[in-house]
Amino acid sequence: MDHPLMRRIVELKERNFADYGQYDYACKDYEDALDNYDKLLEIAGDVNANIIGVNAEAVDAEGPGCKDGRMIYASKTVENMDACIKAGLNGLTMPRRYGGLNVPMTVYSAANEIVSEGDASFQNIWSLQDCIVTLYEFGDEEQRKKYIPRVCAGETMSMDLTEPDAGSDLQSVTLKATFDEKENCWRLNGVKRFITNGDSDIHLVLARSVEGTKDGRGLSMFIYDKRNGGVNVRRIENKLGIHGSPTCELVYKNAKAELCGSEKLGLIKYVMALMNGARLGIAAQSTGLQQAAYEEALAYAKDRKQFGKEIINFPAVYDMIATIKAKLDAGRSMLYMTSRYVDIYKALDDISKERKLTPEERDEYKKYSKLADAFTPLAKGMNSEFANQSTYDAIQVHGGSGFMLEYKCQRIYRDARITSIYEGTTQLQTVAAIRYVTNGFYQSVLADFEAEAVAPEYKSYAERLVAMREKLAEATEKAKAPGNQDFLDLCARKLYEMSALTIMGHLLLQDTQKAPEMFGKSLKVFMNYAESEVAKHFNYVNALDESQLDAYRQI
Amino acid sequence: MSLKIIVLAKQVPDTRNVGPDAMTPEGTVNRAALPAVFNPEDLNALEQALRLKDANPGSTITMITMGLPKAADVLREGIYRGADEGILVSDRPLGGADTLATSYTLAQAIKKVGDYDIILCGRQAIDGDTAQVGPQVAEKLGLTQITYTEEILSIDKAAKKIVARRHIDGGVETVEGPLPIVVTVNGSAAPCRTRNVKRVWANKNREFTTWGAADIDADPMQIGKAGSPTNVKAVKSIVFKAKENKTLSASDADIEGLIVELMESNTIG
Repeated sequence: MDHPLMRRIVELKERNFADYGQYDYACKDYEDALDNYDKLLEIAGDVNANIIGVNAEAVDAEGPGCKDGRMIYASKTVENMDACIKAGLNGLTMPRRYGGLNVPMTVYSAANEIVSEGDASFQNIWSLQDCIVTLYEFGDEEQRKKYIPRVCAGETMSMDLTEPDAGSDLQSVTLKATFDEKENCWRLNGVKRFITNGDSDIHLVLARSVEGTKDGRGLSMFIYDKRNGGVNVRRIENKLGIHGSPTCELVYKNAKAELCGSEKLGLIKYVMALMNGARLGIAAQSTGLQQAAYEEALAYAKDRKQFGKEIINFPAVYDMIATIKAKLDAGRSMLYMTSRYVDIYKALDDISKERKLTPEERDEYKKYSKLADAFTPLAKGMNSEFANQSTYDAIQVHGGSGFMLEYKCQRIYRDARITSIYEGTTQLQTVAAIRYVTNGFYQSVLADFEAEAVAPEYKSYAERLVAMREKLAEATEKAKAPGNQDFLDLCARKLYEMSALTIMGHLLLQDTQKAPEMFGKSLKVFMNYAESEVAKHFNYVNALDESQLDAYRQI
Repeated sequence: MSLKIIVLAKQVPDTRNVGPDAMTPEGTVNRAALPAVFNPEDLNALEQALRLKDANPGSTITMITMGLPKAADVLREGIYRGADEGILVSDRPLGGADTLATSYTLAQAIKKVGDYDIILCGRQAIDGDTAQVGPQVAEKLGLTQITYTEEILSIDKAAKKIVARRHIDGGVETVEGPLPIVVTVNGSAAPCRTRNVKRVWANKNREFTTWGAADIDADPMQIGKAGSPTNVKAVKSIVFKAKENKTLSASDADIEGLIVELMESNTIG
């Protein structure tokens, strides 16, 4: 929380504390703001520890239902929602003039992580509140005034994007939007599938508003208000994990809707913004799941005795737990660094609607929006893969008991599985990130990190990170050399991980400088892990050449 | 219809987390070793008050606590969770009060507040476990009381009527009473909701009205040590240990034998 960028974030977000005196809950200075953030997270922790976390197993067992075209939450999910409303944990990032708490994304990410640790399925429902950011950014003032206070008061949201034939490829969306001249509104017709929390109060819908088009340029974004009716839930999916999160198939029958922003920018601008926010949310959810995996594995290993002692004493066991912790600390650091970058550029973007940015601010905006864009796919992809690996290892620590359904570790293992799939698979995160590999941006970020001061006792870590960056550079050249897109794409995942692991190594090294007692152990373990992974990927790319592409094609 | 609700709350040492240094060598409670907390059943009472407020828009909740200046923490905590006002009754002459003097003091404070429909408090405090203050406050104010309440089922200000479910041995009973009334709430009632973010941010530096003995027009002989006939001889930490089991039949002889045995060991009588 006391990261050097935080002061700037608060300054921008609070517009020099202009709200103080106007709203009784506004902060008066930087210290007051940080104190407020701490207090908010304490409340999130309280709600999680006493309600959400306690309800998680019951929610998992009951799941949501569907009756007469409406979705019904699990009963304990309703209790969770009520608790969050009473605690005031809604509309976190929205300005106070709409009833929001005006906290930075960094704080929202932390709350998100806390909720996910308790119940990742509930995080889905709760965190969809951040769809409102997209409505705030692109909707008009009338829409802001109409919808934002409702979300701040606890109404739920959903983003209705995917369809049976439009999953990862959203350009193929066919849900039809037609303008109703008589009623002076848009009408939506068609089907959406795999819509998380699909029976929400306020929907953002991607629909084809330009007849005859086939690609993303004919798509626009609409707001559907459940109060108007016209959308029914046809079925609820039966899933491997996140049982409490209702995944709906929706049927739109002449549903009245409002256009959000300009026509034709639906996919190319608004949904991209929406997805970036959602990806950060999944990075936080994945971090929460890693935390849960660590706690479960550690508690069991301390308690369980075999061969006359607690199994935590066996290297084979503590190796797994230390690795879970190291990935957690590194992944978390990546999550918060990304959140800070997002905060700065989003706050500047918002300010730019009130006044012209100074040239310095414009440069700052460009710098941080690029960093946010480059870091978001790393934070989402890596944390979601870590969540899968760590929840797998948490079961392994439990041995046979972990396979039995009465232990929590099996639920978090199932819940984690989706994180590397939704909001863009890890493969798509790689697609989003690869240009920053090939254009050398990650390498320049790494070079900046290398320039930061390191205490003498950590010099060796800094040197190892330099060597890792050099391996990344070499492997990148190797992958680019033939000028063959398929070959580069085949290498992409390796290069992506090499970049991410090296960046995370730096972030953890910086954290350790500030708080060696908290991160010292994780730094040692993570460096061993990351260095060996980078070497592995390096060897793999080195062994590849174009002529092998045929061996990979299973067609 | 809007209600005027009063909630009595007490700051108590957290006796649920007793460590080895909980008692001083002199046999008194070592307050320094025990964190001060909101008496748990008073939180249950606050939740009942908040539910009444939710269901009856325009209602106000005034919290009253008696104690040291730092007891204002429980008022702030109540405000964080949804109460509107807090009054701290704190004055040196009020110190050392037993339940009789405490209930007198609280009743005087309530009289000064004046306008109320319902007074809620926890069944008992975890530091004394007497369950006497609520009922004594009712007596002193000449009000009806419902004790061991688990849920207020309905309240009708116009008809001056309240219906509540209360805990009794082996079950529950539903009772009806007139308004105004004193309701003491059992630990088995709904837990209190958490703090609310905006309320915490807005009230974290809030100060409260403090009333001393003179402000509540208290008779000096009925407050503090002077008004407390109870004398604590000693406080001991007693650890009960299970010995052997004994199975008794339901025969008169066995029951009589048990009673005699318990009386001889001073467990009862």
